[in-house]
Amino acid sequence: MKQNSSETLAISVKNLTKKFKEFVAVDNISFNVQQGEIFAFLGPNGAGKTTTIKMLTTLLHPTIGTLHVNNFDPIHQQEDARKSFGIVFQDPSLDDELTAYENMEFHAVLYHIPKKLRAERIQYLLNFVGLWDRKKDFVKTFSGGMKRRLEIARGLVHHPKILFLDEPTLGLDPQTRNHHWTYIKELNKNEKMTIFLTTHYMEEAQKIADKVAIIDHGKLLTQGSVKELLHNTQTKTLEEAFLKLTGNSIREEHSSAKERMRTANKIWGRK
Amino acid sequence: MNGLGIMWLRQIKKYWRSRSRMIGSLGQPLLFLIALGFGFAPIYQKAGGGNYMQFLAPGVIAMSILFTAMFAGIEVIWDRQFGFLKETLVAPVSRTEIMLGRTLGGATVATLQGIVVFFLCLFFGFRPASIIHLFFAFIFMFLIATLFTALGTAVASQMEDMQAFPIIMNFLIMPLFFLSGALFPLEGLPTIIYYLTRLNPLSYGVDGLRGTLTGLTSFGLFSDLLILTTITLLITFIGAYSFSKIEI
Repeated sequence: MKQNSSETLAISVKNLTKKFKEFVAVDNISFNVQQGEIFAFLGPNGAGKTTTIKMLTTLLHPTIGTLHVNNFDPIHQQEDARKSFGIVFQDPSLDDELTAYENMEFHAVLYHIPKKLRAERIQYLLNFVGLWDRKKDFVKTFSGGMKRRLEIARGLVHHPKILFLDEPTLGLDPQTRNHHWTYIKELNKNEKMTIFLTTHYMEEAQKIADKVAIIDHGKLLTQGSVKELLHNTQTKTLEEAFLKLTGNSIREEHSSAKERMRTANKIWGRK
Repeated sequence: MNGLGIMWLRQIKKYWRSRSRMIGSLGQPLLFLIALGFGFAPIYQKAGGGNYMQFLAPGVIAMSILFTAMFAGIEVIWDRQFGFLKETLVAPVSRTEIMLGRTLGGATVATLQGIVVFFLCLFFGFRPASIIHLFFAFIFMFLIATLFTALGTAVASQMEDMQAFPIIMNFLIMPLFFLSGALFPLEGLPTIIYYLTRLNPLSYGVDGLRGTLTGLTSFGLFSDLLILTTITLLITFIGAYSFSKIEI
C-alpha cells in the first residue's frame, strides 16, 4: 500500500453520495488520486462519472460525504479550489462568436492572470496545441478536434495542478485522439500535472492511465492499477475487465435490480 | 480588467460584430413609426392630442430597448445550450459578478440600440424639446435597459431550453409593451387597463423618456426616476439570485 498522507493527494473523496430526489446518482464512493497521477474514471453511460466530476469541480454540491481537491474543500473553499484545477467538459464550452485568442483571453481574465503574463501564456499554449496560426479565427470555423484542442489549451491558462478531462476524445478521429493523448502525457510528465479523466475508449485508458476506477450505477466497483485490475478479474485487456465487471447489457435507463445483484455477485465472488 | 469587465466586453464585441442583426432589429421600430406614426397621426390630431409622431417616438425607442434588453438577458439560455455558461460558472469569479457583467453588457447594448432608434425617429420628423434634457433621456434609456436585461436573465436562469422562448415573447414582452403607454396616453383609461399600466414598470420608463424628450409626462419625472430605479435594483437583485441558483 502506498502512503496516503494528505500532502501528496491531489483528490480525496470519502463516502460521497449524490441524490437527485429519489435517484441515487453517486452512491457512497471513496477514492484517492495521488499527485502527478493519471487517473481514469471509467463507467458505462449514466454510471455517475459526470456527476462526480461536477461535484469535484464545484458545480454540484454532494448530498453526503467529503471531498478535497488540491486540499481545498470545493464547497467551502470554492474559489481556491476553482483556481487550482482546469477542466475540459464533455460538451463544447467555447464561445463560437469569439476568436480562439479571445476565448483564451476571456479565460485568463476570469482566472485573474496578470495582464503582463497573459499574452505570453496564451501564445505558448496556442503553440502547444498547434493553433497559434488560427488565433484570429472565429471558433465557429473550427473542426471538432480543433475546438477540443483549444479547450485543452484554455484549461491550462491558469497553471492548474489538476486537469479534469471529461471524455476528451469523444467523437474525434484516431489521428486526433492520438495527438490528444500525446499532449496529455506531455503535460503529466513535464509539468507534473495530475490528470483525472473519463473515457469510453478502454484501450486508450489502458495505455495512458496509472490508476483506474470503475463506477457503475453510482457505485465504485473497483480501483487500482491496470495490472492489479487485470489480475483480479483474470482478463487480458481493460476492455474485457470492464465488460466483466459492468455486464454486457446496453444502458438506456436505470437498469434492473437483478442486473445490480449480478454485478454485486461478480465482485463478491471475486473477493 | 476583472470578471465583470470581460463579461461586459464580450456583449459589446458580439453586438458590434453582428451589425447585420443591429440593422435587422431596426425593422420593427421602423414599421411602428411608419404604420402607426403616420396611420394614427390624423385621428390623434383631430382628437386634440397634437403631433402623434412626437408622442409615439419615445414609446418606440422604449420598445426597441425592451426587446433588445430582454433578448440580451435571455442569452443565458443560448449560453447554456452551447455550453459556454459552464466556462463562466466554474471560474473563480462570483456568480453575482458574472451576472452583473452580463446585465451591464446587455444593458449597454440595448441603450446603444435605443440611441440608434432615436436617430431613426429624428429622420421621421421627431424633434426633442430640449437638447439639455437629452442627457436625462439617456439615463432613462439605460435604466429601462438594465431593468429588462436583468428580468430576461432572471427568467432565462429558470429555463432549461429554447422551447420556452415563444412563451416569454407572448406572455411577457408583448403585454409589457402594449400596456406601457408607449402607443397611447395613459389618461382616461378603463379601470382594469388603468391598473395594469400602473403596475407595469415599463410605463414609468416610457413616461420618463417621454418627459425628458418632449416635456410631456403623466407621473412626473421625479416619480418616474424613483420608481424605475427602485424596480431596476429589485429586479437586478432577483436576477442575481436566480442566476446564482443555476445548476448545470
